[in-house]
Amino acid sequence: MSGLFDDLRDLYQEVILDHGRKPRNFRRLDDADATARGDNPMCGDRIELFIRRAPDGSIADAAFQGRGCAISTASASLMTETVKGKTADEAKDLGAKFRELAMTGVCPDCGASFADEMERLAPLSGVHEFPSRVKCATLAWHTLNAALDGAKEASSE
Amino acid sequence: MDTLAPATFDVARIRQDFPILSQPQARGRPLVFLDSGASAQKPRVVIDAMVRCMETAYANVHRGAYRLSELATNSYEAAREATARFINAVDAREIVFTRNSTEAMNLVAHGWGRGVMKPGQAVLISELEHHANIVPWQMLRDDKGNELRVCRITDSGELDLDDLEMKLADGKVGLVAIAHMSNVLGTVTPVERIVAMAHAHGAKVLLDGSQAAVHRRVDVQAIGCDFYCFTGHKLYGPTGIGVLWGKPEHLDRMPPMLGGGDMISYVTFEKSEWAPVPAKFEAGTPAIVEAVGLHAAIDYVTAIGMPAIEAHERSLVDHATSTLATVPGLTLLGAAQDRGGVFAFALDAAHPHDLATLLDRAGIAVRAGRHCAEPLHTRFGLENGTTRASFGLYTTREEIDILAQALTEAREFFR
Ligand SMILES: Cc1ncc(COP(=O)(O)O)c(C=O)c1O
Repeated sequence: MSGLFDDLRDLYQEVILDHGRKPRNFRRLDDADATARGDNPMCGDRIELFIRRAPDGSIADAAFQGRGCAISTASASLMTETVKGKTADEAKDLGAKFRELAMTGVCPDCGASFADEMERLAPLSGVHEFPSRVKCATLAWHTLNAALDGAKEASSE
Repeated sequence: MDTLAPATFDVARIRQDFPILSQPQARGRPLVFLDSGASAQKPRVVIDAMVRCMETAYANVHRGAYRLSELATNSYEAAREATARFINAVDAREIVFTRNSTEAMNLVAHGWGRGVMKPGQAVLISELEHHANIVPWQMLRDDKGNELRVCRITDSGELDLDDLEMKLADGKVGLVAIAHMSNVLGTVTPVERIVAMAHAHGAKVLLDGSQAAVHRRVDVQAIGCDFYCFTGHKLYGPTGIGVLWGKPEHLDRMPPMLGGGDMISYVTFEKSEWAPVPAKFEAGTPAIVEAVGLHAAIDYVTAIGMPAIEAHERSLVDHATSTLATVPGLTLLGAAQDRGGVFAFALDAAHPHDLATLLDRAGIAVRAGRHCAEPLHTRFGLENGTTRASFGLYTTREEIDILAQALTEAREFFR
């Protein structure tokens, strides 16, 4: 059956709809070492991110709460899954590559370093065709940087 | 049951007046523009009037003793007169041109709020206000200490007049500032009642007509308010020009907000004397071409007739009310008895932002978010905002049907 919105399946892939409806790691971390709030003032998306570090400094657990559209919720959900086990530097590096993917649809120099992670995040690459939605996809990653840097707030403005 | 617009109102013909409505859109779909409440499209006559002004009769106003400057000054002042007639002001001098209605309300907050009201007096607004009629009063409160009171609205989105009466009762309210029509709920407020109640308690009334002035005939004398404002770009005119109307005795008492050229009658380095209203409030070179555009827009809607426009929009409101009710999972915000063509809604399966992206694909332009009325959305527990469809005089029933169909399909998409 062909529907009015079939060609939007690239943007709203099944993975995104699924994570948007049932976000993973959607909870508070009461023993978090770092938290940050992310706001997208344009559309009212708001997330609170919680990070718990392992003794070696890597990210032992990541979780979030908040409200937002399918894209921002799915992106935060996928992010919490992919950054677990990463060091702070690795997580930030992955975030930079993801932002490139979200803005351009490709990430030529992502190389092999994060091949698996980038493949998991790839369903979000469709946002690059929707400039007003790129911020929805990157909000969680901005917030992650803020949390890792010890800042309390991030904005995707 | 069917309240059809009068036969003289031919929407197909009217649509031909708006060049943008026949522009091919991406993917060959016709444009279904349902965001006129944010800003309306422009008819050819407005575009032409502005071009003609720049091509044939442009110079600075009130300054040159040469023909072109006189022509430009005449056009600018003719716009003021047309605006005065449009809202039935007694005299064109009661019309102050501003940048938009936001600036008009800030001018009242400055000139009346800071300049005339006493710090012990309160300002009373309502829960359905646009940020433009909230923030200036918070600034006044933080600056001068004037209390800010908020009149409640009912669950159907109407002003709670009992609450209004209660908040006026102690006689401390100096100014009631309320929207004539909500940009989210569509509610048209009972302005004559509000004015009578406020005046009975010694309060002045500012009405935010940003939405209302587009949809019905406004008569400031019949309403009896003290200040009224609206904005050109929602009235099929250009951006960059808005209107503040005030009773002349009020405008006379208000200090200006900006100082500079054109607003003084006499200047030495020791002191300056302000020009009489409205020049006192129009420092610097004004929006000359935009005033000409606003004049053309006013002539345009006046020629069609505000009553005819209102009737057409009433039939759209009736149609939308019944059509949107058939969309599964859709909740309309507000159900006021007296309402204009603005419909904000929530769809159970989709966030407003996702919905707007889908509708855009179908060629439908709607607005998603909180529409500069965040407290109102909080009041209804809709922190994610809403999706809003708003109508103009060129909106058709078919467009509302297209919207309803697309909403039904969008819901399937997200489920
Ligand atoms: C009710 C209301 N008040 C004020 C405004 C502000 O208008 P403007 O942005 O032209 O100043 C708007 C429009 O956004 C409005 O709908």
